[in-house]
Amino acid sequence: MAYFTNTRRGEIPELQEELNSVKHEQKKEAVKKVIAAMTVGKDVSALFPHVVKCMEIQNVELKKLIYLYIINYAKTQPDLAIMAVNSFRKDAKNPTSPLIRALAVRTMGCIRVERITEYLCEPLKEALRDEDPYVRKTAAICVSKLYDIAPDLVEDTDFLSILSAGLNDGNALVLSNTVAAITEISEMRGRPVISLTPQIINRILAALNEATEWGQVFILDYIGTYTPTDSKEAESIVERITPRLAHANPAVVLSAIKVVIKYLDLITAADVVRNVVKKVAPSIVSLINSEAEIQYVALRCINLILQKRPTILDKEVRVFFCKYNDPIYVKMEKLDIIVRMTDGKNIDQVLHELKDYSTEIDVEFVKKAIQAIGRCAIKLEKTVDKCVGALVDLVKMKVQYAVQEILIVMKDIFRRYPNRFEMVIKDIFNNIEVLDSPESKSAFIWILGEYAEKIDDAEVQLRAQAENFKDEQLQVQLQILTAVVKLFLKKPDQGEGLITELLRIATEECPNPDLRDRAYIYWRLLSSDPEATKKVVLCEKPLISETSYVYESSYLDKLIDQLGTIAAVYHKVYETKLSKIKAIEKEEAEKEEIEAPVINPNSLLDQDLIGEGEGRKSVKAKVPMQVVLSSSTPGINQQAGLQIEMAFQREDCTILEAKFTNFTQTVLSDFAMQFNVNHFGLTLQEPMGFEPLAPGASLMSKVRISSSGQRDQNLPGVPLIIQMAVRCTLDVFYFQTPCMFTALLSDSGALSKDDYKSQWKVLPDENEFSHVITALHPNYNSLQSLQERLGNNNIFMVASRKNAENEEVMYYSSQINTGESILTELRAPQNLSKVYVACKTLPHLAPLFIQAINFLLSTVS
Amino acid sequence: MASSILLLNSRGEVLIYRSYRDDVSRTEVSQFCTQVVAAKEASERPIVTLNGVHYIHISQNTITLVAASASNVNTAMIIQFLYKLIDLFKAYFGGEFNEASIRKHYVLIYELLDEIIDFGLPQITEPEVLKQFITQGGIKSNIKEEQIIGALIQATGATSWRAEGIKYKRNEVYIDIVENVNVLLSNKGTVLRSDVSGQVVVKCQLSYMPECKFGMNDKLAMASETQSMDKGISIDDIKFHQCVRLGKFDKDRAITFIPPDGIFELMTYRVTENINLPFKLMPIYQEYGNAKIEISLKIKSMFDRNLFSTNVVIKIPVPRNTGKTNVFVVTGKAKYEPEQSAIMWRIRRFPGDSEYTMRGSVNLVTISTEKAWSKPPISIDFQVPMFTASGLRVRFLRVIEKSNYKPIKWIRYITKAGSYQHRI
Repeated sequence: MAYFTNTRRGEIPELQEELNSVKHEQKKEAVKKVIAAMTVGKDVSALFPHVVKCMEIQNVELKKLIYLYIINYAKTQPDLAIMAVNSFRKDAKNPTSPLIRALAVRTMGCIRVERITEYLCEPLKEALRDEDPYVRKTAAICVSKLYDIAPDLVEDTDFLSILSAGLNDGNALVLSNTVAAITEISEMRGRPVISLTPQIINRILAALNEATEWGQVFILDYIGTYTPTDSKEAESIVERITPRLAHANPAVVLSAIKVVIKYLDLITAADVVRNVVKKVAPSIVSLINSEAEIQYVALRCINLILQKRPTILDKEVRVFFCKYNDPIYVKMEKLDIIVRMTDGKNIDQVLHELKDYSTEIDVEFVKKAIQAIGRCAIKLEKTVDKCVGALVDLVKMKVQYAVQEILIVMKDIFRRYPNRFEMVIKDIFNNIEVLDSPESKSAFIWILGEYAEKIDDAEVQLRAQAENFKDEQLQVQLQILTAVVKLFLKKPDQGEGLITELLRIATEECPNPDLRDRAYIYWRLLSSDPEATKKVVLCEKPLISETSYVYESSYLDKLIDQLGTIAAVYHKVYETKLSKIKAIEKEEAEKEEIEAPVINPNSLLDQDLIGEGEGRKSVKAKVPMQVVLSSSTPGINQQAGLQIEMAFQREDCTILEAKFTNFTQTVLSDFAMQFNVNHFGLTLQEPMGFEPLAPGASLMSKVRISSSGQRDQNLPGVPLIIQMAVRCTLDVFYFQTPCMFTALLSDSGALSKDDYKSQWKVLPDENEFSHVITALHPNYNSLQSLQERLGNNNIFMVASRKNAENEEVMYYSSQINTGESILTELRAPQNLSKVYVACKTLPHLAPLFIQAINFLLSTVS
Repeated sequence: MASSILLLNSRGEVLIYRSYRDDVSRTEVSQFCTQVVAAKEASERPIVTLNGVHYIHISQNTITLVAASASNVNTAMIIQFLYKLIDLFKAYFGGEFNEASIRKHYVLIYELLDEIIDFGLPQITEPEVLKQFITQGGIKSNIKEEQIIGALIQATGATSWRAEGIKYKRNEVYIDIVENVNVLLSNKGTVLRSDVSGQVVVKCQLSYMPECKFGMNDKLAMASETQSMDKGISIDDIKFHQCVRLGKFDKDRAITFIPPDGIFELMTYRVTENINLPFKLMPIYQEYGNAKIEISLKIKSMFDRNLFSTNVVIKIPVPRNTGKTNVFVVTGKAKYEPEQSAIMWRIRRFPGDSEYTMRGSVNLVTISTEKAWSKPPISIDFQVPMFTASGLRVRFLRVIEKSNYKPIKWIRYITKAGSYQHRI
């Protein structure tokens, strides 16, 4: 404690005196005091020369303290740090003590000043070949430190090859540190230091037994980056890794699980897979008995593993039941996993448990438990009666936050199973005392409207809800409006007064354009054709389902590759922060890899330009690919195993981007693709040429699309869907691909001001459609960036002006492949918090076009 | 990997700060101190990201240990490493780990942090090994250079956990089998979840380099031995200390190792089948409106009558608005403890195969804010010596050493309550 309390003035000169004392003990005490001052954030850099002088003393303890001091100040006082270099170089050559040699190399690497590197290279090279393993293991890490300070220096010399030689080192500690250093450097440079071969894998596997627990993690993580060439190799690696599943350190276990899960995909022998799964399952469960923090990481990972292999933990749902004293973050994760694992067999057990949670006191946990019951009901049709029963039991306890959540959940259940559970509405309504969240209010109002004919006092209830209509949140207002329309359609005698009143308020007194627009639509519908309104408002709604909880398979595989890391915990693939030039190189390398089969001379030309720095970046918006045919969907002959991802893009013409992945065990060939007749006459410009596709392999392809095909006279829906068929040796598959309208905007859509004006006048006013975009991507923070984005995507600006409210009004023109033009007026306040879109075109094009603008302004890719 | 390691007190003040990389600055880190630790976000997830920096943290005795990183680190490894840090500090500070001991030993801590992580990558963390060459703070002073070199050879060698040349007059091994029973029973008494997590703790005082082989009544290991009548128990999952040869275990389920010196945890295991629950509870809660609850609780010990359990504490929860209570027991002492919101029933010695009863009534005070009572489960704490809930038995421990000594072996069994809960 004494070191910390000393804060008098004049401390520095006092310490200086002590540092220069002749007595060793006093010097040592003084250095300790200096370190203490440094820890609490005091500036003791003035003592640098005096501290460095103490380095001459050959005492390991003292040396370590001084080194600590130097590391701390080297960054801010590089000139002073260089003063210490000679002492370091001397220590690095110390003939007797490997500890001092290692210490010198380690510390020099920590002085993160570029000038130190010229002094560091030579001692470091010697240290890498030192006879003592302690020095070598320190030197291995030091290479990655050096790379961090001066990457070019390391690349230009033979450091990397000397480092890689460490993979042959007989000492497990040296070897595992070499692995760690190689992993680090590979990440920094964006490509591997050496490419892994079966021989290297063999060697580092052999070191696994003798490595420290951390070394085992390094080695296992490194093996995780390797993909075996065949099933046999994967099998033999897995066999050597499974003993690690019994290690006391959960980090070792998790890294081993990661490799095993990844390699399981490659193993073809079913009995081997079964055996491995049998071994790995209990060790996954055992992670749940670790410290709470580890449990959290494990649960996040198990969530991914279960998406990959849903049956791996069969019958183990009990271990995920919450303990009373689990931290809340663990409980929340457990709930997700319980829902994932619920099936027809364990539903009673699970429901009993979830009901129990729903009576606890933590509000968030209770809500999530109730949601979990709802998710089970929607996921498993057989269980829905039991789930609803449980919810009704809960509602009777009258705990209001629970009742409100149940209301929200029940709304989804009504959507999923229409006309089955109306009898419970009464039970729920009788227990409602307060409705204070917009979600629960909306749910309540939705139910009132949807079942107006079955609820006797629906009119009274709705009227009560509509009382403060103007003060409600938009979500609730819209819901009230729709519910009242439904009421009127179902019980015209009761609803008439209310609807007239409400439509008047919504159109005349409410400022929100969304609300106003919707009110106008209802008004016009109701006044022109009430029967048509019924068709629109009371139509059968598409069923909802619980599919949003599985990640797309290639994304999932990326996350599985990173089990245990930040990426897996957040369920977001991690993008390494690379320097710009490296990022471009990497991007190109990847592109080459994927596009290899379709390279043409033009793209080779392009690549010569990359060296210039900027790299070529397509300015056109890129629509993310979607899985349009999943590997589990069978074709007409009930064969499955082909996965297709697709997206329509715009380049110089409309392009179809497709990725085919073969999940079967046989080679697929003879691919052919065809479009069904569609409204825009989209068709393949050239037949698609495809190489045979090996098991497990993927192929990327781009095909030009023209609009010269036969046109279907039926009007398109939103989103635009193109039906397709693919034939190959496996089967014939039918599927559909959504097409973002941006892909159809041609580059000949620019108009002059006068043309624009005349066309605007010609188009009738009822062809004007409007929409508000509120969720702008933060990148579009200036008018210029917004205009650039639209301009790049063939939406051409004609003119712009400011209106009376100081809003920017812009006029755009565009044309689609088939010649129809679209005129647009965009209006936005200066802060770009929202954008009002009004466009004039053919009625069936407007929603598609608005969807496209929405897409362009809410994404950046 | 980790860019810096910090130790903070409960007010978010920095006690120890060691930076390994400069991609995370001290100013960035201080955000975490003020926003998370000082703000007492206790239920915060163990991984927090602020402005692109990930903070992985654990807490013990009001001290928060934090690793900051700007890259995609292996979080499981970092968390486990932070726990290892606590173990290591405890080993150095004589079992203590608190703000005072950290302040007292800061020089030692910095030296340790320099040795056990390099550039954010965990290195040698075995306390027994480190103690031989990290000696700051007067634990050992003036050790000779040869000793240090010896320590380094050991630290980097294949059996880094054991030093050469250890010598004891009496060669002894103490084996403790400690089992924690975790049970959750529904209000009707059906078992919702039950498992036993056990550990085998060994105190090893053996000379030189002994080869040990440990055997227990593991069903799979005994399947190969035909003479045995006993079928053994089935163990779901076993985790071993670094010293155990995992490859050998995977092949023929033999547990072989060269032990570290002193006390270490040889293995932990988990059993979920055929568990002998040591106690059975039969509670009845009778509620009379909002005014009164009558409770009766029968507890029966299910183990052999020759054995007994000690320090049995049964926690019987009652609502917060409990006023007057009436509790009646024949054995032990039972009383209402408001700070626990429960009736605590303590029985010092509970013989096997016997049954006791508690009867009580609770009057409830009417209060204005009527929040539903969350009904926490009845929980029970106990220990039963010479009893294993899993049925696990040690069959042998063979020690082979060149000098051919015969060690004395001591074995103890004890079963404790983990989370032993009965819902009401």
